[in-house]
Amino acid sequence: MTTAVAHPEPHAASGHAQRGISNPILGMLLFITSEVMFFAGLFAAYFATRAANTPWPPAVFAHILDPLGPIIFATILLIASSFTCQFAVWSIRRGDRRGYLRNIGITFVLGVVFLAMQVYDYGLLFSEGMTMGSGPFGTTYFTLTGFHGAHVFGGVLMLGVILYRGMAGQFSAKHHDAVEAVSLYWHFVDVVWILLFTILYLI
Amino acid sequence: MATHALSPAAAGYRGGVYEWLTTTDHKKIGIMYLVNSFFFFLIGGIFALLVRTELATPGIQLFENEHVYNEAFSIHATVMIFLFIIPILAGLGNYAVPLMIGAPDMAFPRINALSFWMLPLGGILLLAGFLTEGGAAAAGWTSYPPLSERGALSSPGPGQDLWIVSLVLIGTSSILGGINFLVTIFKMRAPGMTLFRMPIMVWTILVTSVLVVMATPVITSALVMLFIDRNYGGSFFLPDEGGTAVLYQNVFWFYSHPAVYVMVLPAMGVISEVLPVFSRKPLFGYKAFIFATAGIGALGFSVWAHHMFTTGAVFLPFFALMTFFIAVPTGVKMFNWVFTMFRGQLTFSTPLVFAIGFLTMFLIGGINGAFSASVPVDFALHDTYWVVAHLHYVLFGGSVFGVFAGIYYWFPKMTGRMLDEGLGHIHFWIMFVGFNLTFFPMHMLGIKGMPRRIADYDQFAGWNDWNLLATIGGFLIAVSMLPFIWNVFVSLRNGKVAGDDPWEGNTLEWATSSPPPPYNFDRLPEIRSERPLFDARHGPTAHGGHGGPDQEEAPKLLEEDGHDDQGPTA
Repeated sequence: MTTAVAHPEPHAASGHAQRGISNPILGMLLFITSEVMFFAGLFAAYFATRAANTPWPPAVFAHILDPLGPIIFATILLIASSFTCQFAVWSIRRGDRRGYLRNIGITFVLGVVFLAMQVYDYGLLFSEGMTMGSGPFGTTYFTLTGFHGAHVFGGVLMLGVILYRGMAGQFSAKHHDAVEAVSLYWHFVDVVWILLFTILYLI
Repeated sequence: MATHALSPAAAGYRGGVYEWLTTTDHKKIGIMYLVNSFFFFLIGGIFALLVRTELATPGIQLFENEHVYNEAFSIHATVMIFLFIIPILAGLGNYAVPLMIGAPDMAFPRINALSFWMLPLGGILLLAGFLTEGGAAAAGWTSYPPLSERGALSSPGPGQDLWIVSLVLIGTSSILGGINFLVTIFKMRAPGMTLFRMPIMVWTILVTSVLVVMATPVITSALVMLFIDRNYGGSFFLPDEGGTAVLYQNVFWFYSHPAVYVMVLPAMGVISEVLPVFSRKPLFGYKAFIFATAGIGALGFSVWAHHMFTTGAVFLPFFALMTFFIAVPTGVKMFNWVFTMFRGQLTFSTPLVFAIGFLTMFLIGGINGAFSASVPVDFALHDTYWVVAHLHYVLFGGSVFGVFAGIYYWFPKMTGRMLDEGLGHIHFWIMFVGFNLTFFPMHMLGIKGMPRRIADYDQFAGWNDWNLLATIGGFLIAVSMLPFIWNVFVSLRNGKVAGDDPWEGNTLEWATSSPPPPYNFDRLPEIRSERPLFDARHGPTAHGGHGGPDQEEAPKLLEEDGHDDQGPTA
């Protein structure tokens, strides 16, 4: 505990850890793992509830589950946003900041449009009298899509942050862990939606 | 300390309290975890005493009615599980893991602080239930619907909602902590610290963190659904509206059974550090222990429905079989521990005494648990005091004894002072006797058919004597905390100065000063085995790897130590 301890760089001893996957990205992957398990709980509840109730969906609400209605546009937009998000990652890996900003900007806008469409959809459902309290169908529908929507909202906030940071010039080909991490999260949100769309609308 | 002025983090130094409230140092956060959890241990203990006082004799004496009694045992269990055992083990891990792997801190120090600060907030929300109309949550720590649902005969008050919110917060804290541990363990190990040279404590925290990250979100989903049912007119768990009540039990236990291992694996890690040090031997079967730990973690996900045998809604043979299977890796560990001590030079210091307490009590907890794994026996014993005895033998006899072993073991490292051995032994013996006096009679009560969670019982049911005995034991446990608290206060001021390595430990935390500097290590010893400090003390490694300057002594050491898990030579 004398002069030898003058260690100005608190993380000097972790210098060896620079190989392999970076800490923030590993952290995000683990966080996504936990999110997968969260949705697994909700999905399990959905299947259990659906199995206990026939017919599913109840006749009154059968018409809202038209997979070729407006929902297909929202789905296509969200899937497209996953692609633009990945284009943004590839751009910044090359060091192409303009391409990065363009793609992440498009992703951000697509995410916002998806949310807007979901809000509009909810408005339509409410006007037809379907709420959280309309029996097991309403409960599961709004819980699953609602939690997905909340995750999209979280993703949009993250996209906003990396868009802002990108405009401030904080990312380069070498330093863009945040972009990689957010893109992983965004893909996860997209995959959840594809599963949700499949179980709610298709099967 | 002089080091503060040179550390960039010290720029905004404002003295004691501010420093603690804003710290991101894993050691300070670890100590705050311990202090906070111990505080909630005392609160949970007070509720336990209230419950035991009520049950000492037949009739309703202490509580104004049964509902208040329900609140007391619900909050007792919730506090003990979610605000004491899980976080205090996370606290020991928080303190020890970065030191044990030679890292300067956790991977995400600020998230670490966030994880901690969610705990007191969650605790305050939980206890705030008592201030609301209708009182705190009263549906047990499991909060099964329909008891916990909306509706006049269930839990209409906001206490149950506060319980849900509090548990979601604490669960989030756990998840963030688990992610932090995993990234720290995978990414921050010192050069030479391979996975199979990590201390067992680190391995148990690793497996625990996997369980936390994979299982805790599932209970969050159950809690969220319950909250939706209660507040937004949902019908997940309401059969008359098309929901399924057993669904909650499935989702709840999918978390809460792995959570049992979250509550005991780190304590197993603690005693796996303590036993070798105080037996002067390496851990018997290091790799077997690791695989057993991983096996418990994996099997832990396939036994959740053994809590639900009597629902008639689960596939009994599968869950009974898997539950018996999980006894196998646990048995492996018992052999590891017993043979670590076998023919060792035992020093009966307080940490070892508590570790032996763990071994013996956890053995009873394992055996009476195996009874309940058998379906026909479980049908008879389900929801009786037998189960209360079992879970306390595992969680108190196991985990809490392990926690105290860890506190006595690492207190010198944390504070630079030794705890008093005499008071430590007094603490142990009062607690040991009190514990058995409290919980052993519950086996008899269970077999005699006394259901759990009742405030009153018939005076001719034949339960009076055992209940009185258990209550006396409960107060003995409370008394045993006095020498411990006194010990901590006295030793902090006047305890013997510990020095860097008072126990002649094996692992890296003993290579730095006590207490360690903010960045943990000035320099690290060579890491060529799972006992780098043993190697540093006794010259070259006896475990293969490249030898040190006096290599010729290596074979002799090998023989003396009888360390035989490397090659056929020994």
